[in-house]
Amino acid sequence: MRSIAVASGKGGTGKTTVAVNLARVMPGPVSVMDCDVEEPNVHLFLSTESRQTHSVGIPVPRIDTNKCTVCGECARFCEFNALGDMRSKIVVFNELCHGCGGCTRVCPENAITEVQRVIGEVDQGVSAQDIRVITGRLNVGEALSPPVIRAVRRYKAEGMVIVDAPPGTACPFAAAVRGSDLVVLVTEPTPFGIHDLGLAAETLDAMKLPFGVVINRSGEGDEGVEEVCRRHGVPLLARIPEDRRIAEAYSRGELVVDALPQYREEFLKLYRSITDMLNPNGDES
Amino acid sequence: MKVLITAEGKDLDAAVDPRFGRAAYFLVVDVEKTEILQVVDNGAGRAAAQGAGVQAAQTAAGLGVNGLLTGHCGPKAFSALQAAGVKIYTGATGTVREAVDQFRKGELTAADGADVRGHW
Repeated sequence: MRSIAVASGKGGTGKTTVAVNLARVMPGPVSVMDCDVEEPNVHLFLSTESRQTHSVGIPVPRIDTNKCTVCGECARFCEFNALGDMRSKIVVFNELCHGCGGCTRVCPENAITEVQRVIGEVDQGVSAQDIRVITGRLNVGEALSPPVIRAVRRYKAEGMVIVDAPPGTACPFAAAVRGSDLVVLVTEPTPFGIHDLGLAAETLDAMKLPFGVVINRSGEGDEGVEEVCRRHGVPLLARIPEDRRIAEAYSRGELVVDALPQYREEFLKLYRSITDMLNPNGDES
Repeated sequence: MKVLITAEGKDLDAAVDPRFGRAAYFLVVDVEKTEILQVVDNGAGRAAAQGAGVQAAQTAAGLGVNGLLTGHCGPKAFSALQAAGVKIYTGATGTVREAVDQFRKGELTAADGADVRGHW
């Protein structure tokens, strides 16, 4: 199993468009992991009829008040203020807990056990195009997406995996791209797009992950993107032109390569460039 | 009675900080004498990534105050303070001295729930 993460610093640049169309033109077996768990949308383009779902939880502390001496060690340890030492008792705020398990370990009385709190789910099924789709969903009102993203990424899939990452450059982004063989950064050639591409590129350099760039809505402003590529020594893998028909197909939930076959070649070129980056010596592995 | 008052400065003429968890300073005040007993810098609470209200409630519990005079109080801070037996008086305005006066005249009533949502 090899994986390619499709990511971007700025939101709305076309990550999902690139991910699903790339999956469509690749030889199988291929899977798409939707790691944009706050608003997963891959299923709009690759719908699956029957799905298997399992819930994702994080361990949160439960304090046995018969054993607890209110020494406060747990509250002092918790960086996230999920536990508060109120002198007469310890209060627990599960929604602030990141599930690190530290309080359980530092408690000298062994008064803390861990219970699972469900924060989201992962489902998987196979689309009509014979693409396996694994989708993570963070429950509404929850703030901590990385555990759900990691649960999606733990899924074992055959062949090539395309990961649709959440936007930004913070923890959810890192959780989605970590462990990938290659990252494709999608950008638009606008000042915002170019600025956030720079941030994403710096993050990937720090994570020591190889990456290339795709310009979406290519046309005016491409030089700025090319400059970022030069600065980071990474290739420009493809350009998807500014074309209203692409946006119209997207709005109907259609794949660009099916609705507008003239763009199939650009996605095939992207696939070939990715294959070249993954196999620099030309060997198939 | 010993209360904690959230303030933007360190003395009685400082403005009341309307926030609890992310207040600049916590002043421990003897309300009968209108006298500051202790000043606590809440720099750590202001910088907390999350749960500033819980952290502040823990500080209040540790200082052994009986009441809190502040502008607003969110739900987590409220339930934490309740566990510590600290009464919460929201709606304090003006300077710390004025808040003490408001309290002594009975103009501030003990809250029976959070008056704002978290992150207001």
